[in-house]
Amino acid sequence: MTNEKTGRFGQFGGQYVPETLIPELNRMAAAYEEAKQDPAFQHDYRELLANYANRPSLLYYAKNMTKDLGGAKIYLKREDLNHTGAHKINNVIGQALLAKRMGKKRLIAETGAGQHGVATATIAALFGFECDVYMGKEDTDRQQLNVYRMELLGATVHPVETGTKTLKDAVNAALQAYAANPDDIFYVMGSATGPHPYPSMVRNFQSVISEESKLQLQKAEGRLPDKVVACVGGGSNAIGSFAAYIDQPAVTLIGVEAAGKGLHSTDTAATIELGSTGIFHGMKSLFLQNKAGQINPVYSISAGLDYPGVGPEHAFLAATKRAKYVGITDDEAVGAFEYIAKQEGIIAAVESCHAIAYVQKLAPTLPKDEIIVCTVSGRGDKDVAAIAKYQGVEINE
Amino acid sequence: MSKIQQSLSNQKSFIAFVTANDPDLETTVQNVLALAEGGADLVEIGIPFSDPVADGPVIQKADVRALKDPNLPVDDIFEAVQKIRQQSDVPLAFLVYCNMVFQYGYDAFTAACAKYGVDGLIIPDLPYEEQGELTPYTKKHGIDLIPLVTSQSGDRIPRLVKGMTGFVYLVSSNGVTGQRSEEDFSQNLDQLVDSVRRATDLPIEIGFGIHSPEQANEMAALADGAIVGSACVAICEQYGRQAPAHLKDYAQEMVTAIRG
Ligand SMILES: Cc1ncc(COP(=O)(O)O)c(C=O)c1O
Repeated sequence: MTNEKTGRFGQFGGQYVPETLIPELNRMAAAYEEAKQDPAFQHDYRELLANYANRPSLLYYAKNMTKDLGGAKIYLKREDLNHTGAHKINNVIGQALLAKRMGKKRLIAETGAGQHGVATATIAALFGFECDVYMGKEDTDRQQLNVYRMELLGATVHPVETGTKTLKDAVNAALQAYAANPDDIFYVMGSATGPHPYPSMVRNFQSVISEESKLQLQKAEGRLPDKVVACVGGGSNAIGSFAAYIDQPAVTLIGVEAAGKGLHSTDTAATIELGSTGIFHGMKSLFLQNKAGQINPVYSISAGLDYPGVGPEHAFLAATKRAKYVGITDDEAVGAFEYIAKQEGIIAAVESCHAIAYVQKLAPTLPKDEIIVCTVSGRGDKDVAAIAKYQGVEINE
Repeated sequence: MSKIQQSLSNQKSFIAFVTANDPDLETTVQNVLALAEGGADLVEIGIPFSDPVADGPVIQKADVRALKDPNLPVDDIFEAVQKIRQQSDVPLAFLVYCNMVFQYGYDAFTAACAKYGVDGLIIPDLPYEEQGELTPYTKKHGIDLIPLVTSQSGDRIPRLVKGMTGFVYLVSSNGVTGQRSEEDFSQNLDQLVDSVRRATDLPIEIGFGIHSPEQANEMAALADGAIVGSACVAICEQYGRQAPAHLKDYAQEMVTAIRG
């Protein structure tokens, strides 16, 4: 039912982009297929993961949380410990190596919170690429520190003033820049979204998360986890966290979306729970949209989950019921931000805290001999100021 | 031969574009009628979309103006077409993003096009690779699905145009719609026209970035006609509800330039 070659996951996926981009995407897909088989490419990728990104990331047994919640054993997959502080780097290293292989000189990227932008700017600096990052004006205002970080790394940040001025509009602008110059540019897509080959390629580059966790848990516990939990924006850390377990039906896969102010409000980004099938940003997938087909403005406290669509493989896993998707509100995520800080001494990204908040609900309902692996997709330093503000605390930077 | 192909085969042609509901549907009806009176051989009506990824700033702004109410029903646009049809039989095409057609339903949308008198569809984000899900319905209802060819298309060209109807939309420059200077137009446009010519008998119309009568004349001379979008929309932006008279003058000027 899924077809890697054409990028179809059941009815989802595909390549719904203007003709200008199709020949280049086809070249990219072919170059990627070739690279995948090439031991030299795989070696370079593994080498950079190990010696630049600091992999493998820890699979950390969260003893205090486990004890406090009183149910299943909780392990945290610590993507926050990667260089640049999130899972995004895994994917960027892979795509940048492909860009190099294809002879490109310039990387472009969209970014929401700035994590993917920072990861792309970082690898661009390392490899000597020129780098342009598109970021909604709302987000450049909210995340000025990350804007400056990208500039420090040598990237040019383009604030996007169209539409809702957030992640969706940053993707629009990046797609436009790409279409204007497809020969010179490599568009480093930040999630398992967009036209083929991105959803499969990004999934494969992020699969290192679950390949590692599977081995690490095997070593620690001698078995598979019962539940795997990860937050879902576009879905890259979640699909990477699920990948090695998809063909293990005993492992329950749970994606956690941002419900914003609640699933019953319009201020939400819970695409899988509330969305409907549509065609946007190059893919057929689930989107938050109105009856006429206009894409809805979405909302979450977390800029990284603030996206009206989701990667097509998640739409497929939801439709086939292989994975289950739940919503966590701003309030619950902020609660989890404080909880994991106090329990485990980990300041986790507010995106990741959506997954943590669900684990807080889930663990007590499970017997003590069950195991949950929850991905901490990033570290929360970037969110400290926003959380303080949310709680009405004033801090002087 | 479809109605669109017939209209574009008679002489060097001028194709104009306006966004529906910019600033209201009454004006859209008058805009289309004015362009037809001014001599346009085909009028494209853009269905406004929240995220017009293939469009430049001018048309993006028109979509924002047109979507003051994001719930604007597509049926209201069909109703406007019905009003146009009471007064004019100028060939019409929708420029529409795929999601709008998908939500309405491919069968229902193309049936409504046939019923109200929309002759063709231009769907920038439905490339050759994905067209198979729509073409059974465009064929069933006799609607032209217009193929787009760009300087990137290369050896894809014969596939892109094979079995298609209406005309070939030749995208003169990479990227988005909008006004461009001479240097921005893809080089070797004449070679591109030649490649398309070898692959099809359909009229070839060049668009993306044409705004001045001189450019239109040059492009039409290279192929069979010129498509002018952003420049028409800029007139709509400047004159609002008074746009029809200005569009008519502009169309006349362009037609004269094109047909010499
Ligand atoms: C730390 C972190 N987690 C999660 C996400 C969401 O992206 P995805 O669903 O692709 O993993 C982001 C996106 O910016 C992020 O920065």
